Amino acid sequence: MYSGVNRREFVATAVAGLVPLSSTAGAQSRVSSHERVETALTVNGQPHTLYLDPRVTLLDLLREQLHLTGTKKGCDHGQCGACTLLVDGERVNSCLTLAVMNDGRSITTIEGISPGGRLHPVQLAFIEHDALQCGYCTPGQVCSAVAMLIEAQMGDPSAVTVNLAKTGRIELTDEEIRERMSGNICRCGAYMGIVAAIRAASEGTSG
Amino acid sequence: MMPFQYVRAQSAQEALDAYSKTPGSIFIAGGTNLLDLMKMGVETPAQLIDISRLPLKTIDKYDGGLRIGALVSNTAAANHSLVRQRYPVLSQAILSGASQQLRNMATMAGNLLQRTRCYYFYDPSYSECNKRNPGTGCAAIHGVNRIHAILGESSACIATHPSDMCVALAALEAVVQVTGTKGERGIAFSHFHRLSGTAPELDTTLQPGELITSIDLPAASASERSHYLKLRDRRSYAFALVSVAAVLDLEPDGRAREVRIALGGVAHKPWRATIAEHLLLGQTMERGLVQLAAEAELKSAKPSSGNAFKVELAKRAIVRAVMTAASKEVA
Repeated sequence: MYSGVNRREFVATAVAGLVPLSSTAGAQSRVSSHERVETALTVNGQPHTLYLDPRVTLLDLLREQLHLTGTKKGCDHGQCGACTLLVDGERVNSCLTLAVMNDGRSITTIEGISPGGRLHPVQLAFIEHDALQCGYCTPGQVCSAVAMLIEAQMGDPSAVTVNLAKTGRIELTDEEIRERMSGNICRCGAYMGIVAAIRAASEGTSG
Repeated sequence: MMPFQYVRAQSAQEALDAYSKTPGSIFIAGGTNLLDLMKMGVETPAQLIDISRLPLKTIDKYDGGLRIGALVSNTAAANHSLVRQRYPVLSQAILSGASQQLRNMATMAGNLLQRTRCYYFYDPSYSECNKRNPGTGCAAIHGVNRIHAILGESSACIATHPSDMCVALAALEAVVQVTGTKGERGIAFSHFHRLSGTAPELDTTLQPGELITSIDLPAASASERSHYLKLRDRRSYAFALVSVAAVLDLEPDGRAREVRIALGGVAHKPWRATIAEHLLLGQTMERGLVQLAAEAELKSAKPSSGNAFKVELAKRAIVRAVMTAASKEVA
């Protein structure tokens, strides 16, 4: 690494706002004018009161300041789903939301997806069905799947749900699972295993 | 990302006041498009006004139709029982866009205001872009323009509007309600988005400092049937190359009392296919006739070097969407 500073230390400093991210004069004059914003977050059940540079995304806050590195940074543009976690129970891309916008909200990351140190049934199913190769997208896949199973249980439709007027639990066919999980890309191509794992978890046959 | 001030607004008035006080302010709610554009350096606001806590999150019956609050999430709108029953084309269109994660974050008003996905607009390393930097030219016209417009484009800009939801709202003839320092007004959906013309930097007719408060859907006829068809490079989680929202109101004998067709992926705004609509009004939806109407609609198409395929694709998509809508049973 360069200058004896490793990547994580550099990013941590930069996202904390101690180093201006742009070298243009205009930008520097604006650095002095912005203030830290008080933000209260609950992360995996633990309350935090933080004073944040408003530029910090929820993803960077978790990884670089709270040291919860389970949530992964893939594309950083909402195109891959590696950063998926739950905000007030709903799955979101943590790379596309500022930490300060989540004031008062409750965040669940992969570290908190299953309380009590046991694996979540979706995690067990991923292991059982070999639903990963390199594993980088897996935390996002698991968080996404956990929320998706609840959505289907609640009867939320998807683009492939034939009868929108019908309410009640959605039957998770492979087509439904694929459509509902399309926001999570796996570049190793472990989709066969991912679909099988989620199907098993939805049927309660894993673990 | 460039530095900016961040304020949380508790009311529409507070948001409007903050806007008029600080030049270069932008409202933020879901943030899924705006933050991405800020990371890319396309948007460099001096101040973000967080309006996500304003009380604009309800869906209510209104004037025989529905009033959908500006801050209702795309997911909440698509899931709502009255939207699913009476305006299924809107649910379909919303669910065919983005991913569940993004739809959970994205708001109704934000979906209306999302910017084009033109590669040259999105990447400031290209100096030519009249939308990003007026007067600099258009890199897409002589560049890679597979995803670009074929209808209503200008020599200044051939970008398309990327939304699926807006295509359905165009066919439903929604009204966009806004509030601002000069009071409140309703904007007919066909007047909300603009063609690029000589001012492609303006996507909409929203005035500076105006805030969208709701999207109103007019009453739907009980005999209305509809369909949203989206064609794209992959099955899910991709923008439309061409999409069609078709809304038909048919007499018991099959003749059309009302025909509303809107196209996505082909123009700078959701494109109302008024020529085709006119030809189909009062007629029975037979494939040959719908084909003729689609041909007539696309007659004025001017494709670029990379997107001539869209002309044929749009014609076939109109036929399929209209025929599918016509074949649907109504209660």
